[in-house]
Amino acid sequence: MRHKKIRVLIAKPGLDGHDRGAKVVAQGLRDAGMEIIYVGLRLTPEQIAEAAIQEDVDVVGIDCLSGAHMALFPKTVSLIREKGGENILVVGGGTIPKKDIPKLREAGIAQIFGPGTPIEEIVKFIETTLGKRGNDNQD
Amino acid sequence: MLTERVTKLINGMLAGQKNSLAQLISLAENDSPDLPEIIKMLHPHRGKAYCVGITGPPGGGKSTLIDRLTATIRSKGWSVGIIAVDPSSPISGGAVLGDRIRMNQHYLDEDVFIRSMATRGSHGGLSKAVASTVKLLDASGKDIIIVETVGVGQTELSIKQMADTLVLVLVPGYGDALQVMKAGSIEVADIIVVNKADYQGAERLVNELRATLTPNRRGHEQSIITTQAINGIGIGELYQALDQRRKKR
Ligand SMILES: Nc1nc2c(ncn2[C@@H]2O[C@H](COP(=O)(O)OP(=O)(O)O)[C@@H](O)[C@H]2O)c(=O)[nH]1
Ligand SMILES: [Mg+2]
Repeated sequence: MRHKKIRVLIAKPGLDGHDRGAKVVAQGLRDAGMEIIYVGLRLTPEQIAEAAIQEDVDVVGIDCLSGAHMALFPKTVSLIREKGGENILVVGGGTIPKKDIPKLREAGIAQIFGPGTPIEEIVKFIETTLGKRGNDNQD
Repeated sequence: MLTERVTKLINGMLAGQKNSLAQLISLAENDSPDLPEIIKMLHPHRGKAYCVGITGPPGGGKSTLIDRLTATIRSKGWSVGIIAVDPSSPISGGAVLGDRIRMNQHYLDEDVFIRSMATRGSHGGLSKAVASTVKLLDASGKDIIIVETVGVGQTELSIKQMADTLVLVLVPGYGDALQVMKAGSIEVADIIVVNKADYQGAERLVNELRATLTPNRRGHEQSIITTQAINGIGIGELYQALDQRRKKR
Protein backbone atom coordinates (compact mmCIF):
# COMPACT_ATOMS: atom_id res chain seq x y z
CA MET A 1 0.00 0.00 0.00
CA ARG A 2 1.39 3.42 -0.95
CA HIS A 3 0.42 6.52 0.95
CA LYS A 4 -1.04 9.45 -0.82
CA LYS A 5 1.25 12.46 -0.68
CA ILE A 6 0.49 16.10 -1.16
CA ARG A 7 1.81 17.00 -4.63
CA VAL A 8 2.85 20.59 -5.31
CA LEU A 9 3.90 22.24 -8.56
CA ILE A 10 6.21 25.20 -8.08
CA ALA A 11 6.78 27.61 -10.93
CA LYS A 12 7.89 31.12 -11.66
CA PRO A 13 5.84 32.63 -14.43
CA GLY A 14 7.08 35.63 -16.34
CA LEU A 15 10.52 36.91 -17.06
CA ASP A 16 12.17 37.74 -13.75
CA GLY A 17 15.52 36.19 -13.31
CA HIS A 18 16.13 34.27 -10.12
CA ASP A 19 14.46 31.42 -8.35
CA ARG A 20 16.35 31.16 -5.10
CA GLY A 21 13.24 31.82 -3.02
CA ALA A 22 11.16 29.31 -4.95
CA LYS A 23 13.85 26.66 -4.49
CA VAL A 24 13.99 27.26 -0.75
CA VAL A 25 10.23 26.81 -0.53
CA ALA A 26 10.45 23.64 -2.65
CA GLN A 27 12.99 22.16 -0.25
CA GLY A 28 11.00 23.23 2.78
CA LEU A 29 7.86 21.56 1.50
CA ARG A 30 9.82 18.44 0.65
CA ASP A 31 11.15 18.35 4.21
CA ALA A 32 7.52 18.48 5.33
CA GLY A 33 6.92 15.29 3.35
CA MET A 34 5.38 16.75 0.19
CA GLU A 35 6.27 15.90 -3.39
CA ILE A 36 7.35 18.94 -5.35
CA ILE A 37 7.42 19.16 -9.11
CA TYR A 38 9.81 21.99 -9.67
CA VAL A 39 9.46 23.55 -13.12
CA GLY A 40 11.47 26.69 -12.60
CA LEU A 41 11.70 29.95 -14.44
CA ARG A 42 10.13 31.69 -17.39
CA LEU A 43 7.07 29.61 -18.03
CA THR A 44 3.84 30.99 -19.44
CA PRO A 45 0.60 30.64 -17.43
CA GLU A 46 -0.55 28.13 -20.00
CA GLN A 47 2.55 25.94 -19.61
CA ILE A 48 2.13 26.03 -15.83
CA ALA A 49 -1.56 25.14 -16.03
CA GLU A 50 -0.93 22.26 -18.41
CA ALA A 51 1.86 20.88 -16.22
CA ALA A 52 -0.37 21.12 -13.15
CA ILE A 53 -3.09 19.10 -14.90
CA GLN A 54 -0.78 16.37 -16.19
CA GLU A 55 0.90 16.04 -12.81
CA ASP A 56 -2.49 16.03 -11.02
CA VAL A 57 -1.12 18.18 -8.25
CA ASP A 58 -3.04 19.28 -5.18
CA VAL A 59 -1.33 22.65 -5.03
CA VAL A 60 0.26 25.11 -7.44
CA GLY A 61 2.66 27.66 -6.00
CA ILE A 62 3.52 30.55 -8.29
CA ASP A 63 6.13 33.08 -7.45
CA CYS A 64 6.65 36.43 -9.08
CA LEU A 65 9.12 39.21 -8.38
CA SER A 66 8.78 41.18 -11.56
CA GLY A 67 5.63 43.08 -10.68
CA ALA A 68 3.62 41.30 -13.38
CA HIS A 69 1.61 39.27 -10.87
CA MET A 70 -1.68 41.05 -11.65
CA ALA A 71 -1.47 39.77 -15.19
CA LEU A 72 0.13 36.40 -14.55
CA PHE A 73 -1.54 35.03 -11.40
CA PRO A 74 -5.24 35.36 -12.39
CA LYS A 75 -4.44 34.08 -15.86
CA THR A 76 -2.74 31.00 -14.42
CA VAL A 77 -5.69 30.24 -12.15
CA SER A 78 -8.27 30.62 -14.90
CA LEU A 79 -6.31 28.35 -17.25
CA ILE A 80 -5.96 25.70 -14.54
CA ARG A 81 -9.73 25.79 -14.00
CA GLU A 82 -10.40 25.74 -17.73
CA LYS A 83 -8.29 22.63 -18.16
CA GLY A 84 -10.23 20.80 -15.50
CA GLY A 85 -8.25 21.50 -12.34
CA GLU A 86 -11.27 22.66 -10.34
CA ASN A 87 -9.86 21.52 -7.02
CA ILE A 88 -6.27 22.63 -7.33
CA LEU A 89 -5.27 25.03 -4.58
CA VAL A 90 -3.32 27.97 -6.02
CA VAL A 91 -1.07 30.06 -3.79
CA GLY A 92 1.26 32.91 -4.68
CA GLY A 93 4.52 34.31 -3.47
CA GLY A 94 6.92 37.11 -4.21
CA THR A 95 6.88 40.83 -3.80
CA ILE A 96 3.17 41.57 -3.92
CA PRO A 97 1.90 44.97 -2.69
CA LYS A 98 -0.79 44.69 -0.03
CA LYS A 99 -3.31 46.58 -2.12
CA ASP A 100 -3.23 43.88 -4.80
CA ILE A 101 -4.05 41.03 -2.46
CA PRO A 102 -7.87 41.37 -2.38
CA LYS A 103 -8.03 41.33 -6.16
CA LEU A 104 -5.79 38.29 -6.37
CA ARG A 105 -7.95 36.53 -3.79
CA GLU A 106 -10.99 37.30 -5.85
CA ALA A 107 -9.24 35.81 -8.87
CA GLY A 108 -8.77 32.55 -7.02
CA ILE A 109 -5.32 32.82 -5.45
CA ALA A 110 -6.08 31.31 -2.06
CA GLN A 111 -3.19 32.94 -0.23
CA ILE A 112 -0.19 35.18 -0.83
CA PHE A 113 3.05 34.51 1.04
CA GLY A 114 5.43 37.44 1.08
CA PRO A 115 9.22 37.17 1.13
CA GLY A 116 10.53 35.65 4.33
CA THR A 117 7.32 33.81 5.24
CA PRO A 118 8.35 30.94 7.52
CA ILE A 119 8.00 27.64 5.69
CA GLU A 120 5.97 26.23 8.59
CA GLU A 121 3.29 28.80 7.85
CA ILE A 122 3.04 27.68 4.23
CA VAL A 123 2.99 24.01 5.21
CA LYS A 124 0.27 24.65 7.76
CA PHE A 125 -1.83 26.62 5.30
CA ILE A 126 -1.63 23.89 2.68
CA GLU A 127 -2.32 21.08 5.11
CA THR A 128 -5.27 22.75 6.79
CA THR A 129 -6.82 23.98 3.54
CA LEU A 130 -6.56 20.58 1.87
CA GLY A 131 -7.71 18.89 5.06
CA LYS A 132 -10.73 21.14 5.50
CA ARG A 133 -11.96 20.36 2.04
CA GLY A 134 -12.16 16.72 2.99
CA ASN A 135 -10.71 13.99 0.95
CA ASP A 136 -11.94 15.17 -2.40
CA ASN A 137 -9.57 12.88 -4.21
CA GLN A 138 -10.54 9.78 -2.27
CA ASP A 139 -7.24 8.17 -3.08
CA MET B 1 -17.97 -2.29 -9.36
CA LEU B 2 -16.33 0.97 -10.23
CA THR B 3 -17.70 4.18 -8.80
CA GLU B 4 -19.31 6.72 -11.05
CA ARG B 5 -16.27 8.93 -10.60
CA VAL B 6 -13.84 6.28 -11.85
CA THR B 7 -16.07 5.32 -14.77
CA LYS B 8 -16.20 8.98 -15.75
CA LEU B 9 -12.40 9.18 -15.60
CA ILE B 10 -12.04 6.15 -17.86
CA ASN B 11 -14.48 7.53 -20.40
CA GLY B 12 -12.82 10.92 -20.19
CA MET B 13 -9.40 9.42 -20.74
CA LEU B 14 -10.57 7.42 -23.74
CA ALA B 15 -12.06 10.63 -25.14
CA GLY B 16 -8.62 12.24 -24.88
CA GLN B 17 -9.04 14.31 -21.70
CA LYS B 18 -5.70 14.80 -20.05
CA ASN B 19 -7.09 15.63 -16.63
CA SER B 20 -8.86 12.26 -16.57
CA LEU B 21 -5.69 10.41 -17.55
CA ALA B 22 -3.77 12.35 -14.89
CA GLN B 23 -6.25 11.39 -12.18
CA LEU B 24 -6.21 7.75 -13.21
CA ILE B 25 -2.42 7.82 -12.92
CA SER B 26 -2.85 9.15 -9.37
CA LEU B 27 -5.03 6.14 -8.58
CA ALA B 28 -2.21 3.95 -9.90
CA GLU B 29 0.38 5.87 -7.88
CA ASN B 30 -1.62 5.53 -4.71
CA ASP B 31 -2.37 1.85 -5.32
CA SER B 32 -6.12 2.40 -5.30
CA PRO B 33 -8.27 -0.70 -4.68
CA ASP B 34 -10.02 0.14 -7.97
CA LEU B 35 -6.80 -0.28 -9.95
CA PRO B 36 -7.12 -3.94 -11.01
CA GLU B 37 -10.63 -3.31 -12.32
CA ILE B 38 -9.52 -0.16 -14.18
CA ILE B 39 -6.65 -1.99 -15.85
CA LYS B 40 -8.96 -4.84 -16.81
CA MET B 41 -11.48 -2.47 -18.35
CA LEU B 42 -8.79 -0.77 -20.38
CA HIS B 43 -7.30 -3.99 -21.67
CA PRO B 44 -9.03 -3.88 -25.09
CA HIS B 45 -7.59 -0.41 -25.67
CA ARG B 46 -4.00 -1.43 -25.05
CA GLY B 47 -1.17 -3.12 -26.81
CA LYS B 48 0.33 -0.81 -29.35
CA ALA B 49 2.79 1.29 -27.41
CA TYR B 50 6.54 0.75 -27.57
CA CYS B 51 8.08 1.20 -24.12
CA VAL B 52 11.63 2.44 -23.59
CA GLY B 53 13.30 2.45 -20.17
CA ILE B 54 16.06 5.01 -19.65
CA THR B 55 18.20 4.50 -16.61
CA GLY B 56 21.59 5.44 -15.21
CA PRO B 57 23.31 7.39 -12.46
CA PRO B 58 21.87 10.75 -11.36
CA GLY B 59 23.07 13.78 -13.31
CA GLY B 60 24.05 11.73 -16.36
CA GLY B 61 21.71 13.68 -18.59
CA LYS B 62 18.77 11.26 -18.82
CA SER B 63 16.07 13.92 -18.63
CA THR B 64 17.86 16.14 -21.12
CA LEU B 65 18.28 13.18 -23.44
CA ILE B 66 14.58 12.34 -23.14
CA ASP B 67 13.72 15.94 -23.94
CA ARG B 68 15.75 15.86 -27.16
CA LEU B 69 14.70 12.35 -28.09
CA THR B 70 11.06 13.35 -27.64
CA ALA B 71 11.54 16.21 -30.11
CA THR B 72 12.89 13.73 -32.65
CA ILE B 73 10.13 11.19 -32.00
CA ARG B 74 7.52 13.93 -32.40
CA SER B 75 9.06 15.03 -35.69
CA LYS B 76 8.33 11.52 -36.97
CA GLY B 77 4.71 11.91 -35.93
CA TRP B 78 4.57 9.54 -32.94
CA SER B 79 2.90 10.58 -29.70
CA VAL B 80 4.87 10.24 -26.47
CA GLY B 81 4.14 9.44 -22.83
CA ILE B 82 6.90 10.07 -20.30
CA ILE B 83 7.12 8.73 -16.74
CA ALA B 84 9.97 10.41 -14.89
CA VAL B 85 10.90 8.82 -11.56
CA ASP B 86 13.10 10.53 -8.97
CA PRO B 87 13.94 9.32 -5.47
CA SER B 88 11.97 10.27 -2.36
CA SER B 89 13.88 11.51 0.64
CA PRO B 90 14.27 8.60 3.05
CA ILE B 91 14.06 11.06 5.93
CA SER B 92 10.98 13.16 5.21
CA GLY B 93 9.31 10.94 2.62
CA GLY B 94 9.00 14.04 0.43
CA ALA B 95 10.74 14.67 -2.87
CA VAL B 96 11.80 17.39 -5.25
CA LEU B 97 11.13 15.98 -8.70
CA GLY B 98 13.44 17.70 -11.14
CA ASP B 99 13.03 15.85 -14.42
CA ARG B 100 10.12 17.76 -15.91
CA ILE B 101 12.05 21.02 -15.79
CA ARG B 102 14.36 19.66 -18.54
CA MET B 103 11.41 19.03 -20.84
CA ASN B 104 9.56 22.32 -20.94
CA GLN B 105 9.57 22.67 -24.72
CA HIS B 106 6.93 19.91 -24.78
CA TYR B 107 4.46 21.17 -22.17
CA LEU B 108 1.96 22.48 -24.70
CA ASP B 109 2.32 19.65 -27.21
CA GLU B 110 -1.05 17.88 -27.32
CA ASP B 111 0.72 14.62 -28.11
CA VAL B 112 3.16 14.59 -25.23
CA PHE B 113 2.11 13.66 -21.70
CA ILE B 114 4.67 13.96 -18.91
CA ARG B 115 4.22 12.57 -15.42
CA SER B 116 6.72 12.85 -12.56
CA MET B 117 6.75 10.19 -9.90
CA ALA B 118 8.59 9.75 -6.61
CA THR B 119 9.96 6.36 -5.54
CA ARG B 120 8.16 6.53 -2.17
CA GLY B 121 10.40 4.04 -0.52
CA SER B 122 9.10 0.69 -1.54
CA HIS B 123 10.65 -0.86 -4.61
CA GLY B 124 7.72 -3.18 -5.26
CA GLY B 125 5.22 -0.35 -4.90
CA LEU B 126 7.09 1.78 -7.40
CA SER B 127 7.37 -0.99 -9.97
CA LYS B 128 3.65 -1.62 -9.75
CA ALA B 129 2.79 2.07 -10.03
CA VAL B 130 5.06 2.47 -13.05
CA ALA B 131 3.75 -0.67 -14.73
CA SER B 132 0.15 0.50 -14.27
CA THR B 133 0.97 3.98 -15.53
CA VAL B 134 2.57 2.50 -18.65
CA LYS B 135 -0.69 0.64 -19.27
CA LEU B 136 -2.75 3.78 -18.76
CA LEU B 137 -0.59 5.78 -21.17
CA ASP B 138 -0.79 2.95 -23.68
CA ALA B 139 -4.59 2.82 -23.40
CA SER B 140 -4.73 6.59 -23.84
CA GLY B 141 -3.17 6.09 -27.25
CA LYS B 142 0.47 7.02 -26.75
CA ASP B 143 2.69 5.42 -29.40
CA ILE B 144 5.95 5.52 -27.47
CA ILE B 145 6.34 5.48 -23.70
CA ILE B 146 9.59 6.50 -22.04
CA VAL B 147 10.32 5.64 -18.41
CA GLU B 148 13.18 7.45 -16.66
CA THR B 149 14.57 5.93 -13.49
CA VAL B 150 17.72 6.45 -11.47
CA GLY B 151 19.84 3.36 -11.88
CA VAL B 152 19.69 1.42 -8.68
CA GLY B 153 19.89 -2.25 -9.55
CA GLN B 154 16.52 -3.63 -8.55
CA THR B 155 14.49 -0.95 -10.26
CA GLU B 156 16.37 -1.51 -13.51
CA LEU B 157 15.51 -5.15 -13.47
CA SER B 158 11.83 -4.46 -13.04
CA ILE B 159 11.90 -1.69 -15.67
CA LYS B 160 13.65 -4.17 -17.93
CA GLN B 161 10.68 -6.46 -17.57
CA MET B 162 8.09 -3.87 -18.51
CA ALA B 163 10.12 -2.06 -21.19
CA ASP B 164 10.63 -3.31 -24.72
CA THR B 165 14.07 -1.72 -24.76
CA LEU B 166 16.33 -0.62 -21.91
CA VAL B 167 18.78 2.25 -22.40
CA LEU B 168 21.59 2.79 -19.91
CA VAL B 169 23.03 6.31 -19.85
CA LEU B 170 26.63 6.63 -18.66
CA VAL B 171 29.04 9.56 -18.68
CA PRO B 172 32.83 9.82 -18.89
CA GLY B 173 34.43 10.03 -15.51
CA TYR B 174 31.80 7.82 -13.98
CA GLY B 175 34.58 5.30 -13.56
CA ASP B 176 36.28 2.65 -15.59
CA ALA B 177 34.35 -0.14 -17.18
CA LEU B 178 35.00 -2.40 -14.24
CA GLN B 179 33.14 -0.03 -11.95
CA VAL B 180 30.39 0.21 -14.49
CA MET B 181 30.16 -3.57 -14.42
CA LYS B 182 29.87 -3.47 -10.69
CA ALA B 183 26.93 -1.14 -11.03
CA GLY B 184 25.34 -4.26 -12.36
CA SER B 185 23.21 -2.73 -15.03
CA ILE B 186 25.37 -3.18 -18.07
CA GLU B 187 24.32 -6.69 -18.85
CA VAL B 188 20.64 -5.92 -18.91
CA ALA B 189 20.90 -2.84 -21.14
CA ASP B 190 20.01 -3.10 -24.83
CA ILE B 191 21.53 0.24 -25.70
CA ILE B 192 24.30 1.96 -23.80
CA VAL B 193 24.50 5.70 -24.30
CA VAL B 194 27.73 7.48 -23.46
CA ASN B 195 26.38 10.99 -22.88
CA LYS B 196 28.35 14.18 -22.22
CA ALA B 197 30.71 13.19 -24.99
CA ASP B 198 31.88 16.80 -24.94
CA TYR B 199 33.78 15.80 -21.79
CA GLN B 200 37.17 14.17 -21.86
CA GLY B 201 37.28 10.43 -21.60
CA ALA B 202 34.21 9.61 -23.66
CA GLU B 203 36.20 7.72 -26.24
CA ARG B 204 38.02 5.79 -23.57
CA LEU B 205 34.77 4.80 -21.93
CA VAL B 206 33.36 3.65 -25.27
CA ASN B 207 36.45 1.53 -25.89
CA GLU B 208 36.24 -0.02 -22.47
CA LEU B 209 32.59 -0.76 -22.96
CA ARG B 210 33.31 -2.36 -26.35
CA ALA B 211 35.95 -4.56 -24.79
CA THR B 212 33.56 -5.55 -22.04
CA LEU B 213 30.59 -6.20 -24.26
CA THR B 214 32.10 -8.32 -27.04
CA PRO B 215 31.44 -11.10 -27.65
CA ASN B 216 27.70 -10.69 -27.25
CA ARG B 217 26.50 -13.01 -24.61
CA ARG B 218 23.45 -15.09 -25.20
CA GLY B 219 22.88 -13.48 -28.57
CA HIS B 220 21.88 -10.30 -26.74
CA GLU B 221 22.74 -7.58 -29.19
CA GLN B 222 23.87 -4.42 -27.47
CA SER B 223 24.58 -1.08 -29.11
CA ILE B 224 26.77 1.74 -27.86
CA ILE B 225 25.85 5.27 -28.86
CA THR B 226 27.72 8.45 -28.09
CA THR B 227 25.67 11.59 -27.43
CA GLN B 228 25.81 15.18 -26.26
CA ALA B 229 22.23 15.59 -25.14
CA ILE B 230 22.69 19.23 -24.28
CA ASN B 231 23.90 19.98 -27.81
CA GLY B 232 21.44 17.68 -29.54
CA ILE B 233 24.25 15.52 -30.90
CA GLY B 234 23.75 11.78 -31.42
CA ILE B 235 20.00 11.93 -30.84
CA GLY B 236 19.20 10.86 -34.40
CA GLU B 237 21.40 7.81 -33.97
CA LEU B 238 19.69 6.89 -30.73
CA TYR B 239 16.33 7.29 -32.41
CA GLN B 240 17.42 5.01 -35.25
CA ALA B 241 18.61 2.35 -32.84
CA LEU B 242 15.32 2.48 -30.96
CA ASP B 243 13.30 2.46 -34.14
CA GLN B 244 15.08 -0.66 -35.37
CA ARG B 245 14.29 -2.41 -32.12
CA ARG B 246 10.71 -1.22 -32.22
CA LYS B 247 10.26 -2.76 -35.66
CA LYS B 248 11.89 -6.01 -34.60
CA ARG B 249 9.97 -6.45 -31.39
N1 LIG C 1 28.30 18.99 -20.71
C1 LIG C 1 27.15 18.35 -20.89
N2 LIG C 1 26.18 18.48 -19.97
C2 LIG C 1 25.01 17.80 -20.16
C3 LIG C 1 24.80 16.97 -21.29
N3 LIG C 1 23.58 16.43 -21.18
C4 LIG C 1 23.04 16.91 -20.04
N4 LIG C 1 23.91 17.74 -19.43
C5 LIG C 1 23.70 18.47 -18.15
O1 LIG C 1 23.78 17.56 -17.08
C6 LIG C 1 22.96 18.02 -16.00
C7 LIG C 1 22.02 16.89 -15.54
O2 LIG C 1 21.11 16.63 -16.58
P1 LIG C 1 19.76 15.84 -16.34
O3 LIG C 1 19.15 15.67 -17.69
O4 LIG C 1 18.95 16.49 -15.30
O5 LIG C 1 20.33 14.46 -15.80
P2 LIG C 1 19.57 13.21 -15.10
O6 LIG C 1 19.70 13.40 -13.63
O7 LIG C 1 20.30 12.01 -15.57
O8 LIG C 1 18.15 13.26 -15.57
C8 LIG C 1 22.21 19.23 -16.53
O9 LIG C 1 22.86 20.38 -16.05
C9 LIG C 1 22.35 19.11 -18.02
O10 LIG C 1 22.30 20.35 -18.68
C10 LIG C 1 25.86 16.85 -22.26
O11 LIG C 1 25.78 16.16 -23.27
N5 LIG C 1 27.02 17.55 -21.99
MG1 LIG D 1 16.38 13.26 -14.51
